[in-house]
Amino acid sequence: MKRVSLALTAMLAVAPALAAESSDPIKLTLHDWSGQLITTTLMGEVLKKAGYNVEYVQADYIAQFAGLKTGDLHVAMEIWETTGREAMDAAFETGDVVNLGETGLQAIEEWWYPAYMKERCPGLPNWEALKECAGEFSTPETAPFGRYLGGPVTWGGFDDERVEALGLDFEVVHAGTDAALFAELEAAYQRQDPIVLWVYAPHWAPAKYDGEFVEFPPFSPECYSDPSVGVNPDAAYDCGKPRGPIWKVSWAGLAEKWPGAAKAIENFNLSNADYGAMVTEVDLNGKSIDDTVAAWMEGNKDTWTGWIAK
Amino acid sequence: MTARLLRSGTLFWTVLFAVTWVLSSYSFQLYKAFDARWIVRFPKKWQLPLEDRISDFLDWLVEDASFHFFSFRDLTRAIAALIEAPYQVLRNVLIEGFSSGYGDTAVQIAPSLSWLAVIVTIMAVGHYARDWFLSVLVGVCFLYLAVFGQWESAMITLASVLIAVPIGVIGGLLLGIFAYRARWFERLIQPVLDLMQTVPVFAYLVPILILFGFGPVAALVATVIYAMPPMVRITIVALKTVPKEIVEAGMMAGCRKRQMMWKVLVPSAIPTLMVGVNQVIMLTLNMVIIASMIGAGGLGFDVLASLRRLDIGGGIEAGLGIVVMAIALDRASQAFADRSARHPLDGNLLQRHPWSGTVVLVIGATLILGQFVPAVQTYPDALTITTGPFWSDAMKWINVNFFDTFEAIKTVILQWLLLPVKKFFTGIPWAWGIIATGLMAWRVGGWKIGLLAALLMTFIATSGLWPKAMVTIYLCGVSVLIATLIGIPLGIWAAESPRAGRVILGLMDTLQTLPSFVYLIPVVMLFRVGDFSAMIAVILYALAPAVRYAAHGLKEVPPALIEAGLMSGCTRRQLLMRIKLPLATPQLYLGLNQTIMLALSMLVITALVGTRDLGQEVYIALTKANAGQGIVAGLSVAFIAIITDRIINALAAGQRDRLGI
Repeated sequence: MKRVSLALTAMLAVAPALAAESSDPIKLTLHDWSGQLITTTLMGEVLKKAGYNVEYVQADYIAQFAGLKTGDLHVAMEIWETTGREAMDAAFETGDVVNLGETGLQAIEEWWYPAYMKERCPGLPNWEALKECAGEFSTPETAPFGRYLGGPVTWGGFDDERVEALGLDFEVVHAGTDAALFAELEAAYQRQDPIVLWVYAPHWAPAKYDGEFVEFPPFSPECYSDPSVGVNPDAAYDCGKPRGPIWKVSWAGLAEKWPGAAKAIENFNLSNADYGAMVTEVDLNGKSIDDTVAAWMEGNKDTWTGWIAK
Repeated sequence: MTARLLRSGTLFWTVLFAVTWVLSSYSFQLYKAFDARWIVRFPKKWQLPLEDRISDFLDWLVEDASFHFFSFRDLTRAIAALIEAPYQVLRNVLIEGFSSGYGDTAVQIAPSLSWLAVIVTIMAVGHYARDWFLSVLVGVCFLYLAVFGQWESAMITLASVLIAVPIGVIGGLLLGIFAYRARWFERLIQPVLDLMQTVPVFAYLVPILILFGFGPVAALVATVIYAMPPMVRITIVALKTVPKEIVEAGMMAGCRKRQMMWKVLVPSAIPTLMVGVNQVIMLTLNMVIIASMIGAGGLGFDVLASLRRLDIGGGIEAGLGIVVMAIALDRASQAFADRSARHPLDGNLLQRHPWSGTVVLVIGATLILGQFVPAVQTYPDALTITTGPFWSDAMKWINVNFFDTFEAIKTVILQWLLLPVKKFFTGIPWAWGIIATGLMAWRVGGWKIGLLAALLMTFIATSGLWPKAMVTIYLCGVSVLIATLIGIPLGIWAAESPRAGRVILGLMDTLQTLPSFVYLIPVVMLFRVGDFSAMIAVILYALAPAVRYAAHGLKEVPPALIEAGLMSGCTRRQLLMRIKLPLATPQLYLGLNQTIMLALSMLVITALVGTRDLGQEVYIALTKANAGQGIVAGLSVAFIAIITDRIINALAAGQRDRLGI
């Protein structure tokens, strides 16, 4: 018995995919931001090297869960802890969608300002500086309060609560999408106008624009749940935002239909630095996604062959 | 008699407005004085659990509903497969080529049509439909797609248009014919059509995805739902307006019911029916962006992806790609509508069918040549051009140099128009809002419409969406007001001077087919996130019908009446103000109606720049995949649209009676 399984393992090691696995294409979802296109293409190319058939399907970030539940779609490579938690949990509850672990990428999201604001508001990046110079950030609509451009309401983030808890003289204005968010940043940066807004990383914006995240008191779960913890003893949310991993999720039937592929996807791991460098290549230097991914695979052969080896 | 009526009318409106204004301004004081919070906020415990009911129902429909032998989802999946098959073939023909197997083991059987072959085909269609001029026009449109490097995406979009439009047209035609034959069906289908046109697509996207599977088919289904209603309506109207003489001639010739329909009624209604076809094409292209969000890919996806990385030039180029495709398809379909029968040509097979012959030859030649010269098969990348840097620089220049001016204008408009109107609408206590809407509708259109309006508003209140509905009405109201103020003069100008008219109407076509996302991002860069940016986007989108109907209405004024005016010595100005405009009022109302409809349909898009209206509610529901919430909010939008539609139609009817048209 033991010998049989040994032999099997040896066979699988040589041809990891082709054993008893389906030759149907594995459907990976594509969204509309370059980073996600890169991770997905990278995973897809690696799977192709392992002998799987792969198909890319364009899908909306949240709406895709409907497809993952029914098995119309199979793999989603980037579900951010920060923006996808709710949809992800709802999908896990049905049992038709499973978590394939972290991508290795860490999402950071926080208040962010361009470097030129440091002159007008000395004391940054410490958050207490914002107390003194809220006026610097004000616009006709919000005066005398400063204007903070938050993410879409659906992102959550508790910025309204944070402003209250920390006693900042800011008004929170919610952008509807992240395209609108960065459009405002681009415009303000061109004019060198004051702005403080929600920026997240990994993303091309912190690479393109010179600037920093505001340093709030560090996040802890207690700070969000217990008013007495933190700088303001009477309010919760008196700290920065949590940082969280970016997850890979899949249709529950994946491991059964393509066990080797499911393993390979679980093994997928990428660092923020590598990811950031690839996003910069694509979004700022105008290279194509396929070329960028191919270049990375050329330079990191050991890494990705490790994902598909047994 | 008239004077008294008018006076009482004025009195009615003045009193209604005054009461509303007082209640709106002092609603908060009233609440404090009577300690009755229900005045300003609809009590939670009276809210109907509609969202959950609808979600539960949809869950049941998707998971458990069955017709004994197969489930409901099997049925929808079968339909999906039926649509998918021809779509996949078209994709293979246009872009992917035919191959068997997947990945590394794939073997190509035949390549796709080369770009040259597609352009020659479309030019042949253009020439067949009208003349060389049209042929060159559509050829240039498609050449644009190749030169700007958008061929591949454009062909994917074309494939979905070529599937969605026939389904929309044939489906619409059949439904319309059935409604024409059966009175009860016409009554049944009218409100359904209203809903199909006014419920935002985002609201039913989630259920469609679950039922039809993820990918292009779901996008096609959503597109057809949105694009079909005009075809149904126009079919009904077209069949009803076929001249009696023709129908009688058909009867005399002894036509049976079926012959009557297909040999007499439908052929004589074709010019009007083609207007419907044209509408279906335009609406299908309007949906390209939203369809790309759920897996249709193509040009819409390029627009979204470009704007996500703030590549404004890329967004504009892809957006214009949609516009040129719309222009080509629109002009060709209109030419088909006007096309008169021609004599068949003499000679051999090739001489009798010169165009079909050429097309076959070109396809064959490029198929073979393409194997050796890749440039024949695929437009070479090296020859594509891009204007991206130009747009980004232009945007930057405007931003840096004119921002302060824009900011000043914006502040004035915000302070003197937007904020007071917003305060007025959001202050109205819900109970009075329902009564006032009912009274307005009753006064204009009779007790039936009044009751309907009050009931629909009650639905909105009981769903707990009153505040968001008021923000919606304020935003749309202000935008429609400004769009009308700009649009009607433009329309008058277009009607008075044919040369200006061509330019203006062409511009309106562009504005309507250019995806709003393309100008939304520059607008945000100049005006920041907020109501003002949303308002500008809505105005840009909703301007077209105001212009078009005004121009159309003025042109339709009977020449005899203009003659009479000229005879009695009217100046040009008097002619316009005293004769043309009053006679065009019914058309102006129709234009206003369409402006409002388009403004409401832009709502979901304005949510993307951060408004807090029903559009946002729909969008939130979509991002949370909450089908019930989306449908309730979508219905609320539709109900606002239906109330205004009924009121304005009643106004237009009243005006027509008065004018005796």
